[in-house]
Amino acid sequence: MHDKTIAQLAAGLAQREFSSVELTTALLARIKARDGELNAFITVTEELALAQAQAADQRIQAGSAAPLTGIPLAQKDIFCTNGVKTSCGSKMLDNFIAPYDATVVRRFNEAGAVMVGKTNMDEFAMGSSNETSFYGPVKNPWDLAAVPGGSSGGSAAAVAARLVPGATGTDTGGSIRQPAALCGITGIKPTYGRVSRWGMIAFASSLDQGGPMATTAEDCALMLEAMAGFDTRDSTSADLPVPSYQATLANDIKGLRIGLPKEYFGEGLDPAVAKVIEQAIDEYRRLGAEVVEISLPNTHLAVPTYYVVAPAECSSNLSRFDGVRYGYRCEAPKNLEDLYKRSRGEGFGPEVQRRIMIGTYALSAGYYDAYYLKAQKLRHLISDDFKRAFTQVDVIMGPTSPTVAFNIGEKTADPVTMYLSDIYTIAVNLAGVPGMSLPVGFVEGRPVGMQLIGNYFDEARLLNVAHKFQQATDWHARLPEAFKA
Amino acid sequence: MALERSDVLNIAHLARLAIAEQDIPEYARNLSNILDFVAQMEAVDTTGVEPMAHPMDASQRLREDQVSETDERAHFQAIAPATEAGLYLVPKVIE
Repeated sequence: MHDKTIAQLAAGLAQREFSSVELTTALLARIKARDGELNAFITVTEELALAQAQAADQRIQAGSAAPLTGIPLAQKDIFCTNGVKTSCGSKMLDNFIAPYDATVVRRFNEAGAVMVGKTNMDEFAMGSSNETSFYGPVKNPWDLAAVPGGSSGGSAAAVAARLVPGATGTDTGGSIRQPAALCGITGIKPTYGRVSRWGMIAFASSLDQGGPMATTAEDCALMLEAMAGFDTRDSTSADLPVPSYQATLANDIKGLRIGLPKEYFGEGLDPAVAKVIEQAIDEYRRLGAEVVEISLPNTHLAVPTYYVVAPAECSSNLSRFDGVRYGYRCEAPKNLEDLYKRSRGEGFGPEVQRRIMIGTYALSAGYYDAYYLKAQKLRHLISDDFKRAFTQVDVIMGPTSPTVAFNIGEKTADPVTMYLSDIYTIAVNLAGVPGMSLPVGFVEGRPVGMQLIGNYFDEARLLNVAHKFQQATDWHARLPEAFKA
Repeated sequence: MALERSDVLNIAHLARLAIAEQDIPEYARNLSNILDFVAQMEAVDTTGVEPMAHPMDASQRLREDQVSETDERAHFQAIAPATEAGLYLVPKVIE
């Protein structure tokens, strides 16, 4: 059953080919047998999953099932889950049992989905390789020597190895799209405000956005429909209706105008990755799309701008972790300042501390204008690039990441080198537009992801455009050799 | 931008982070590299460009000032490192 999509599993449950308890039991056994190789899960919630599966089976029997009722899914360990450890990949929250459910979790619960566990991630979602997790690195199912990408690396690896058919991710600078690309799966970062951030542990609040990760665009559509929507508890939640993403999945894309930003195909892009992307673009030409070259002239400013905005917001958000109300507290504090400093110094790992310090510096007296204000102005220029582009084209396409998955340990020595692996994804968060990654081929056995970028709240079109590609190709259906059985 | 040892110590103090003595040189090097990298921003003339604080240029929503949450003090304090009589305990602040 592990190689079926969410849509196929939902059909199987509806036709009583198997029960949710049978399905959940099978996947829990698969996680138990295989996750030792990957380290994709921080917590497996076996008891809860089986109770939810039983309830789902009753709901299916009663004829009141929703599309995700009885489907086993995993939650990134950044989403608060009532009564279940929510670590955010950090020693700081290793003892944190969330006292409430994130809105996203509540919505999946209401839909009758089954939560099998919480997935590993870079500490506080700060990383592009899943190597900053307190719980150790996650391995890429396509090659255990390679990183799965990050920060939603556990979710990506779990889906790629078919330990679960779908999982949630969050994306502040590429943390859904880059691991989806590196693990050969499909993931979408919705428009800023589309999915509630309530109960999703904050990293950079003006950039953070949750979204689904699965094997197909169709499954992402099913999950996003359950996740998305207005939430009064998130002050930046968009008060707009959620369309039926499934209803438009199969729309014809003849005449679709695709823009290829010339800045996404220049220096720094691995030529072998470029070739795979060009072949995928050719597939779109065969499907009747028109392809034009466009320019996003401020692309080179995105990573530097991001590494001011994101650390500044992170330094503010993470000030709440002070050893007083929850989370890690140091042993025998001498005084209150010692309690703050040692709890934070011992509770946070090096990358989180670096970002807190960069943000603290950028926001400190005398530097605010030169860093944060300057970055916010550049953010406007970057955002205007997209607004201009979407007057000419319907979607933008290019590589998700400049290379395929790199090896564990390869980029840990220099933070800036690691930051550049998000060079094509970061501008999307700064602008707030939706972006997606879908698998389009391989370079030396490691998956290549293509990025689709859409206009504000145009998720339905991205999912449609990705689905049409997946109807014509089978890259999304490939499994890593070691995880076929 | 080369940060000195004293800069790193000052930033760490502002951020309330205790950092180990032997890690200071590496922090100085890494943080300096990051600041050099973001210095690319300076090359761009942003005269007349409005700062962007929110992707949709939206402002904060207002709501009615009414009670919407129930008291969950005991529930939330159950995960606290130290509490007494409904209060969070910290080392003595005033002698």
